[in-house]
Amino acid sequence: MDLTTLWLLIGGILLASLVVVGFVAGSRRAALRRGTRTPELERDRTGTPAAPYATEDEHVRVDDREAPTTDRALAPQPEVELAEPLLEHPEPPQTRLVRLRQRLAGSNTALSRGLLALIARDRIDEETWEDFEDILLTSDLGVGPTTELVAALRARLRVEGVGDPGAARSVLREELVKLVDPTLDRSLNTARTDTPAVVMVVGVNGTGKTTTVGKLARVLVAEDRDVLLGAADTFRAAASEQLQTWGSRVGVPTVRGAEGADPASVAFEAVRTGIEAEVDVVLIDTAGRLHTKTGLMDELGKVKRVIERQAPVSEVLLVLDATTGQNGLTQARIFSEVVNVTGIVLTKLDGSAKGGIVVQVQRELGVPVKLVGLGEGVDDLAPFDAEMFVDALLDTGGR
Amino acid sequence: MFDTLQDRLAATFKGLRGKGRLSDADIDATAREIRIALLEADVALVVVKEFVASVKERARAAELSGALNPGQQIIKIVNDELVTILGGETRLLRYAKRPPTVIMLAGLQGSGKTTLAGKLARWMKEQGHSPLLVAADLQRPNAVNQLQIVGNRAGVHVYAPEPGNGVGDPIAVARGSIGEAARKLYDVVIVDTAGRLGVDADLMQQAADIRDAVNPDEVLFVVDAMIGQDAVNTAQAFADGVGFDGVVLTKLDGDARGGAALSIARITGRPIMFASNGEQLKDFDVFHPDRMASRILGMGDMLTLIEQAEKTFDAEQSAKAAAKLTGQGGEFGLADFLSQMQMVRKMGPLSKIFGMLPGMGEMKEQINNIDEREVDRIEAIIHSMTPKERDNPKIIDGSRRARIAKGAGVEVAEVNSLVTRFFDARKMMESMASGRMPGMPGLPGTGGGKGRQPKQQPKKKGGRKVSGNPAKRNAPAQAQAPAIDPAAAFGGSQLDPNELEKAMGDFQLPPELRKMLGNQG
Repeated sequence: MDLTTLWLLIGGILLASLVVVGFVAGSRRAALRRGTRTPELERDRTGTPAAPYATEDEHVRVDDREAPTTDRALAPQPEVELAEPLLEHPEPPQTRLVRLRQRLAGSNTALSRGLLALIARDRIDEETWEDFEDILLTSDLGVGPTTELVAALRARLRVEGVGDPGAARSVLREELVKLVDPTLDRSLNTARTDTPAVVMVVGVNGTGKTTTVGKLARVLVAEDRDVLLGAADTFRAAASEQLQTWGSRVGVPTVRGAEGADPASVAFEAVRTGIEAEVDVVLIDTAGRLHTKTGLMDELGKVKRVIERQAPVSEVLLVLDATTGQNGLTQARIFSEVVNVTGIVLTKLDGSAKGGIVVQVQRELGVPVKLVGLGEGVDDLAPFDAEMFVDALLDTGGR
Repeated sequence: MFDTLQDRLAATFKGLRGKGRLSDADIDATAREIRIALLEADVALVVVKEFVASVKERARAAELSGALNPGQQIIKIVNDELVTILGGETRLLRYAKRPPTVIMLAGLQGSGKTTLAGKLARWMKEQGHSPLLVAADLQRPNAVNQLQIVGNRAGVHVYAPEPGNGVGDPIAVARGSIGEAARKLYDVVIVDTAGRLGVDADLMQQAADIRDAVNPDEVLFVVDAMIGQDAVNTAQAFADGVGFDGVVLTKLDGDARGGAALSIARITGRPIMFASNGEQLKDFDVFHPDRMASRILGMGDMLTLIEQAEKTFDAEQSAKAAAKLTGQGGEFGLADFLSQMQMVRKMGPLSKIFGMLPGMGEMKEQINNIDEREVDRIEAIIHSMTPKERDNPKIIDGSRRARIAKGAGVEVAEVNSLVTRFFDARKMMESMASGRMPGMPGLPGTGGGKGRQPKQQPKKKGGRKVSGNPAKRNAPAQAQAPAIDPAAAFGGSQLDPNELEKAMGDFQLPPELRKMLGNQG
């Protein structure tokens, strides 16, 4: 392609952008003037019929519940649970919380110590505020929320005074809690209706989707729920084996397809099996995909549409890695557009990263963080609680 | 929502033109904008501070050149600094004098080590080496399995004596692999290790033990381009714990700005050696510091756009459309527009593609507002036209409009608006294409630019006619013109990315287009 063509090609894109932007803006205004939207029409147009899926796909098979016994030799127990006879018994949620809280407090000492050290100073001068801003920025909170929080704190401390470090601390706590917004509904909707609750787990590559599905299965098993896993990640090498390993440890069956099979067909089959077996929850693991790949995002949309032919999808969980920076917001936005994300799972919070980006995600999209992943241990997945989270941050751990 | 540095600076410098030197106040204002821009791009705060300080220094010392406005000049300084840090010492892999060469991969969980191992192996194989992959990730369920499949795809052997899933000693595996390679005459050994956190002392020690066992020639730190502020801590932890010689940036095919690259290069002083940008094993390349610099600055990543376009566009078809735009080979009709738009859509969400065009910052809001469904509607309208109408939209009269609207399920007004906008845009593109438009970027002396880089001349002219409109052209442009004849400068169809990038970097929408788009909002 020579340079002329290239330039003209760019011109073509520009032309397209001109017309589209103009048209969109124009029609939007027109719609506003009319004061009426035509939702049905729009919806109809997007609803391109789901491509045919292979229900009787011979690639799809269900491993039976006896699998764990044989698999166990391959998958030895992690050191925590040694004396279990056959299957592992995941830790109940209550004791989990205590343990995870400690871990969170330990993992974020730099942040918490820094925040409190600042608040504890006698005089808060410009430099202190700058340091404070820096600490927030380094937790990936983003420029916008940071400036807002600092401004809010400054205003409040100016009015209320900073004589007492204890008071300053509670002001800080309040503002931080406000930032993570405790009013959002963070419960996981896994109640069985006529059909099993279907939970889809989505996200970009390498954030820990499969691991999250595995851990979530354990949480649900610990709550005495009947769980079925669907390995709709047919792309990455050995992803379904990875999921199956997770499932077999707690005696949860996995529906899987051949590598390269249509993920929608695997998901469909998993939900069908789930309905037949009358399980409570079907967890669908999907392949990691970058939000910029239109083709893959369309595929994800199809997976959801195909599932919805049999049972409504009760939760779509977006898995975000705590190390993710400002790009997390874009990811969340695009995934929301495609599959309507209902909750965030923040993983790898046990490292040095703080995952501050979720604050922006929550604010911009109104999608709450529902679960946090705190480590490599099999039971290190916990519900997210705004106040507890902030308390853990402020808990210097050095008592 | 977030403006690019270019747009921010443009706002800061409004009314500043003509000054010989930037005042301290100007520089401070600029520094704040640069700071925010870099933070938004996930550059670590410590690095940002250092960086801004050094840019400030240079900006103070710099004499403002006549050719660039202050904003552009600052950007040039920033860009130069970025490239210096990022590309400080690019180097290639060191091969051992006595094979096998041992390469060890280390990084966080999910950064893409196993996939990268496959890519690296495939790349090595293409270079005529015979690599051996070593499965030393015995932690994650089925990581060994995954490596075997990846190795299979790459056509490379995998040394996996242990089943993984927690069984086996990775250090022993790593040690054994060296003997295996020596016995079977592999000349490169790539050791894939388990993902580990920087704060996990035990696992870091294990990584160090693996390193000591295999004595690698290169330890590569694999890091996700999406990583945020934590990049510094993690990189430092790995540098202290294992020590690494080079960095590999993965998932560059996303739209993260990748400021982490800068942080890591700066903090550890290690070069970024490879970039991995796709899910296929072939999506792997050496690292280009200059591209990364514009990406971090969000200066409309034209090169990436062009590359994507090259991949998805049908060359023949777009050449035809291009010819039509310049007035040769018939008129550019709605059918051409439709095919053009469909090709653009294949490249990704439209809002993203348009956002990659430099100078679109002012339209950010409209661009972000684009709903793909409305684009579907545009397509529906065009599809409801007869071929004749598409080729010559002028014949669309009232009754045709009504029919089209009915066919597409829209209001007549929308058909109207599409057709009018199409005509407007086409007129503009045509005049741009033939270079008649006043204020066209790169035409010095117009549009407020004091002779922005004349390199943009090849744009839409492509050397067909070098002189264009003599009235709009002044001396520097003429001096440049012969040199930028594509045939001469780019060796026929050979593109020089640097040249192109520079030209693109300065590309801005002509004011008329801006006005047109701006009024719509």
